Amino acid sequence: MAKYLLLKHYRGSPEAVNNVPMDRWTPAEVDAHVQFMNDFASRLEQSGELVDAQALSPDGMWVRSDVDGRPPVTDGPFAETKDLVAGWMVIDVDTPERAIELAAELSAVPGAGGEPIHEWLEVRPFLTAPPTVTE
Amino acid sequence: MNVEDVDLRALVPQVLSVLIRRGADFATAEDAVQEALARAVPAWEREPPSDPKGWLITVAWRAFLDVARSEAARRDREARFDTEPPTGSVPGADDTLHLYFLCAHPDLTPSSAVALTLRAVGGLTTRQIAQAYLVPESTMAQRISRAKRTVAASGIDRLGDVRTVMRVLYLIFNEGYLGDIDLAAEAIRLTRQLASALDDPEVHGLLALLLLHHARRASRTGSDGRIVPLADQDRTLWDADLIAEGIAVLQAALARDRLGEYQAQAAIAALHADAQRVEDTDWVQIVEWYDELLRFADTPIVRLNRAVAIGEADGARAGLAALAEVDEHVPRRSAVAAHLHEKDGDLERAARLYADAARDAPNLAERDHQLRQAARLNQLLRLEP
Repeated sequence: MAKYLLLKHYRGSPEAVNNVPMDRWTPAEVDAHVQFMNDFASRLEQSGELVDAQALSPDGMWVRSDVDGRPPVTDGPFAETKDLVAGWMVIDVDTPERAIELAAELSAVPGAGGEPIHEWLEVRPFLTAPPTVTE
Repeated sequence: MNVEDVDLRALVPQVLSVLIRRGADFATAEDAVQEALARAVPAWEREPPSDPKGWLITVAWRAFLDVARSEAARRDREARFDTEPPTGSVPGADDTLHLYFLCAHPDLTPSSAVALTLRAVGGLTTRQIAQAYLVPESTMAQRISRAKRTVAASGIDRLGDVRTVMRVLYLIFNEGYLGDIDLAAEAIRLTRQLASALDDPEVHGLLALLLLHHARRASRTGSDGRIVPLADQDRTLWDADLIAEGIAVLQAALARDRLGEYQAQAAIAALHADAQRVEDTDWVQIVEWYDELLRFADTPIVRLNRAVAIGEADGARAGLAALAEVDEHVPRRSAVAAHLHEKDGDLERAARLYADAARDAPNLAERDHQLRQAARLNQLLRLEP
């Protein structure tokens, strides 16, 4: 088993095929979208492949420590041009192919017109712990 | 341990009080009571004791002695405690009360006070508390033992005040429930226990408030987890017994003529609970209660909710005028503004504000709710030329 991070972006990813802001959908389309997301997570839970799923607020900032004991330096809210992560799902799957398959399913979540959004998701393998047997 | 086995958990503060009264230190005694609880489950399944409390005291005391003796041995000293426990008097309500105040110790952070209260007064295990707050068990274990060290370091005679105890209980209630642990029900149980030991109208006001909110729980979310706003709730799902109890508790408290924040909040909840249909709601009286509430808690959140009530009592324009006085940065302000502008007939502005509210929403259920509102208005606007 290997863990993968599926990252969804508010912005910064290549543009989705069906790219209509969510408040421009019909209420029924919003419902269908939410239902799909819930079903997807519970299916992965049942298959034993879900580790965690979280959504992030679009608010945030950059922070770094400053020199000479001065208070931390902050920069934000995020500029409109910056890449912005919306949320993630961590999955634990047998093969890289399975990770790609699940990301593609998730990307097909229905949006405006009930059509799949075809949004781009970032798929990142976790670095793993060193194996016990090394030779 | 079965979480629902509240009869067993109700004994926890009493047993803990006995150990402390016999001279055990708080931190070790608290661990010992937890161990006794863990042992009670398999033992009682085989053979239920005739005196559950006596059983727990005996087992917890032995567990405490084991630790105390090995500590003493490690320090190469005589054991300080006899095997036979001194015969202490039966603990009363005051002992349990003492534990509430101890867990609301002024040096504890709110999250530590919450965790310690759930364990030492509520009798929940560290694992259950960790599950309820979605943190790893080892993290919660550290938080609790740090809290116990903090309390021990500054002395168990320095206690929190009743305001802090009530805030802790309110925080627990607001966590709602995730998984197996129903923290709202647990907060009500603990507040009930506190109210029975403490003759303070505000504690009874808090109990009334929690009961009245809890009574509406089934109607507050749809089957798919979506938020159902108050106006759209199926009022037949409201728990009439809890509402009746909440109103009775509140009336008795109000009769004491020592009004406070929680009683005022409970009065507002009671007026909502009292309306058979949403159009029966007595908004004028609700506004009056918000004015009372402002005397005790003049916060942007109270002012925000008051603007909603004024919008219902005196019309959208009056509501918007009241909203103009509310701090720009208070959470959910755009949602209230959207609602009032929709009521005022400005659908375009309302739709934009609902979209803002979705962006600023503190949780997914609320984000989805505000998106649906924006989507609903935008759909209407598309249909109208």
